[in-house]
Amino acid sequence: MSADQQHDTARRLDAVVERVLDEVRRQGGSGAGPVEAVVRADHHRLALTRFAGSGIHQNTEDDRTTVHLRVALDGGRSASVSTTRTTTTALADLVGAALAAARLSPRDAAWPGLAGPAPVPAGAGPDDATAGAGPGERAALVAAFVEAAGGLETAGYAQTTLLTGAVADTAGLHARAASTGAVVDGIARALPAPGLDGTPGPPADASFRADGVGRAAARSLAGLDAAALGARAARRARSQAASAQPLRRGELPVVLEPSAVLDVVAGLLSSTFSGRGLVEGTSGVRLGEQQLDPVLTLLDDPLDPASTALPFDTEGTPASRTELVRDGVPRAVTTDRRTAAALRATRSGLPALPTTAGAHDASDTWGPVAQAPVLSPGGGGSVDDLVAGLEHGLLVCDLWYTRLAEARRSVWTGLTRNGTFLVRDGEVVGPVGVLRFTQSYLEALAPGAVTVGSDAEALPRALTFGAAGTARVVVPPLRLARWNVTGGAAT
Amino acid sequence: MLSTASPTGAAGSATATPPPTATPDPPAAVPSAAFDLAARAVEAALAAGARFADARVVDRRHEALTARDGDLRQLSQTTEAGIGVRALVGDGWGFAALADPTGERDARATGERAVAAARASAVVRRPGAGPVELLPVPPQRGGWSSGCARDPFEVPLAEKADLLVGVTHAVRKAGGAVIGVAEALSAAWDTRTAYVSSEGARVGQHVRETGAGMHCLALGEHEVQRRSYPAFRGQYGTRGWELVDELDLPAHAERIGEEAAALLTAPLCPSGETTLVLGGEQMSLQIHESVGHAIELDRILGWEAAYAGTSWLDLSRLGDLRFGSELMNITIDPTIPGALGSFGYDDEGTPAAPRDAVRGGVWTGVLSGRDSAALAGYGHAGSVRADGYGRLPMVRMTNVGLEPGPHSLEEIVAATDDGVLMEHNRSWSIDDKRLDFQFGCEIGWELKGGKRGRMLRNPSYTGTGPVFWNSLDMLAGREPGEWRAWGTPNCGKGQPGQVGHTGHGAAPARFTGVRVGVRG
Repeated sequence: MSADQQHDTARRLDAVVERVLDEVRRQGGSGAGPVEAVVRADHHRLALTRFAGSGIHQNTEDDRTTVHLRVALDGGRSASVSTTRTTTTALADLVGAALAAARLSPRDAAWPGLAGPAPVPAGAGPDDATAGAGPGERAALVAAFVEAAGGLETAGYAQTTLLTGAVADTAGLHARAASTGAVVDGIARALPAPGLDGTPGPPADASFRADGVGRAAARSLAGLDAAALGARAARRARSQAASAQPLRRGELPVVLEPSAVLDVVAGLLSSTFSGRGLVEGTSGVRLGEQQLDPVLTLLDDPLDPASTALPFDTEGTPASRTELVRDGVPRAVTTDRRTAAALRATRSGLPALPTTAGAHDASDTWGPVAQAPVLSPGGGGSVDDLVAGLEHGLLVCDLWYTRLAEARRSVWTGLTRNGTFLVRDGEVVGPVGVLRFTQSYLEALAPGAVTVGSDAEALPRALTFGAAGTARVVVPPLRLARWNVTGGAAT
Repeated sequence: MLSTASPTGAAGSATATPPPTATPDPPAAVPSAAFDLAARAVEAALAAGARFADARVVDRRHEALTARDGDLRQLSQTTEAGIGVRALVGDGWGFAALADPTGERDARATGERAVAAARASAVVRRPGAGPVELLPVPPQRGGWSSGCARDPFEVPLAEKADLLVGVTHAVRKAGGAVIGVAEALSAAWDTRTAYVSSEGARVGQHVRETGAGMHCLALGEHEVQRRSYPAFRGQYGTRGWELVDELDLPAHAERIGEEAAALLTAPLCPSGETTLVLGGEQMSLQIHESVGHAIELDRILGWEAAYAGTSWLDLSRLGDLRFGSELMNITIDPTIPGALGSFGYDDEGTPAAPRDAVRGGVWTGVLSGRDSAALAGYGHAGSVRADGYGRLPMVRMTNVGLEPGPHSLEEIVAATDDGVLMEHNRSWSIDDKRLDFQFGCEIGWELKGGKRGRMLRNPSYTGTGPVFWNSLDMLAGREPGEWRAWGTPNCGKGQPGQVGHTGHGAAPARFTGVRVGVRG
């Protein structure tokens, strides 16, 4: 999309939100009390090229404007509606449906009110070259990744996104911004996947793979080096072309590469550091206490110049840099207006919690989540340096299918993927295949258990289930004193 | 009675769902203008150089209500309408989608964008790849509508809200002060699709889906316990609001509140190897994760290798590989009336038809589409579906279910000297080849001497797909209500992410030598 087209889109979204608010005032004016309304119009251009077997097999572009409207009558009879239709008639129908639904709703005692006018920071803004990218640019990224893998089979995707959002409410808020994102994420495979021999149980090495991963997220296409990612994936894949080392179940130290750390951080953000989890009592976070290792600092930083996030959340709350953890002490959770209000009401004796800008989805299914998480790098050096400090343990490149098993302790179970290696006396001995772990993330990050690497990477991650877009999450590698291996073919 | 509660509860007077209807013409709910737009997009794609193209014009409404702790917390209604076009140029595929096309010009432009994407696909071809072919399917012309007795969008919002708010009150009252959250939800979808292909297909479908459920969280000093009804995320089907009437949520509210509270002080599920009995709802997820995804042909061919993963199944063994015991009979059947994965045609116009996936424990079939089937030399397509107009149709589950067995749950318990019964899923995790799984359940019971004993908290089990399925030695379904088609409304797959609706027939079952009580 050219700069002129971006400008036209922005003006169109402004017009849509104003038209909706005018319609709310017109249709809602006959009611007994004032109508509160917040409307958001997003235009999302999502283009994604997938490859497998080292060839492009799926190539998609979706161009959609979605209008989300939330209204509240009588201070709390609320309803949410959304549509992809933007004609004058469709928007009038949208408002009519919202008001009709709200009138039938019982009063919501926890309705937090509207954001209202507030200065909205500029944000990183879009990159024009990324906004204008087409399938040819994405194919070039794929070609570079495939070629750099040096003949290994590859699979993955290249993606560009342009998100333009406008938000306004009846209390006077009006904000608009745009952002871009670009992603390359792929694997190289050193060996074909083995099949089974037909006996009731799989052979001992049935879970063995030789896949390596290379992935990165950036605000602009120019910020991606697809060839470097392909080469990295191939290097890791080739290093697994050996028999799996035997390993027994149990606790042992581990070095997590950034892709594995990404999964840990995303898990904690979705549960322990979710304001909704704290309100409902499922979060095990202990605000203000030395709950985590002092080397850990976790931010939500949507205003970073390299960010792919908008400078306001879905309710119009301006984005800000929020310290969720400072030096191992949890300081805040991610909130939307509802959870922030609930926490202020119930935790009056504790230090005030900041109201962060959470990516609060329209369906209220997942609650607020961070938009641009950053786990600050430390002084532990590179992955190799972290491995060198490991007497006997594991190097884990990536995690997969992690699910919360116990909320309060933040116990997660999942599997390793894209490379897991045995380490002895500071040296990688060889691959160990896929392992299952069942581990409390909070306990893994406890005081005295963590060394933080120096080189952080920006990686792609969808932070809510079914999310169309991906966030850019910045994480360094970690060395952890304990990691609970509970299964795997080599055990 | 065990609390493997029937989701067809006490409200036996609920209206029956009429059967789906197949018609020679598209249903009236799908306007002819939608076919015109789809046809223009296909024409434009052909004119731009495509050798095959198809288009779907989809209009989907969704409504969700959530009540929490005595208040209606959420009432949302969404409308998503647009056009999605696939184009095959040479041997490259492209897909483009546009929301709310305002006329033929938009439709044509979307078809041309699909062709541009397809041309770019040809830049990076799989080494040694042959031509892309499509399994021949006679072009279909017709219509299909799911059965619906009470249109969920016509049921008064006040009736829905009163039901959901009421049961959250009842759950809290029964569970007492330890209940931290009591939540109930309902959801409905109304999807109208016009499908047109360059081969001459012209198919219209009108599918209504409805579901509801409730759960509560009991908060202890150190942990949280959860109970749900009828399933941990509700029960869903291609039916109307009569499905919710049948669930009879109020009749089960008190029980789940009490059980959640009792779990806080129940003993831990023991760790070790034992005989495991699973309730029907947990069986449905076991089937979904360790069978349904494993038999997806796109995974087997490596098309999902970087994300969803591959499969442990090797195509060269189709027809002779032993997947499980002889009690294991799995079907792929999108024709089950009212099940969530039912339809008349998939999203590339292939008519629905039942097939075997596993028969007598032997792997016999896969979920496939026209291109994957042709590449694999497999004779059936019909399992390609998309999440709305804006996503590429891809291989998805329909209804993948386990046929009922010769036993009853009562018989299974009576025949178990030492074991654990687990019900209702709480967490799930499985590797990228669909081999190594670990599930947590909400509630367990000790089984001793053929009787149900103490309630157990934090039950979990782990295993390896074919080993586990080969240990299946008793399967219920003989008694009315033991087997049912459970609905899974949140199956994730694809990039960009797609959410699919799938169905899974299941009944309680017994497995031997299973590792339970995995601790973190």
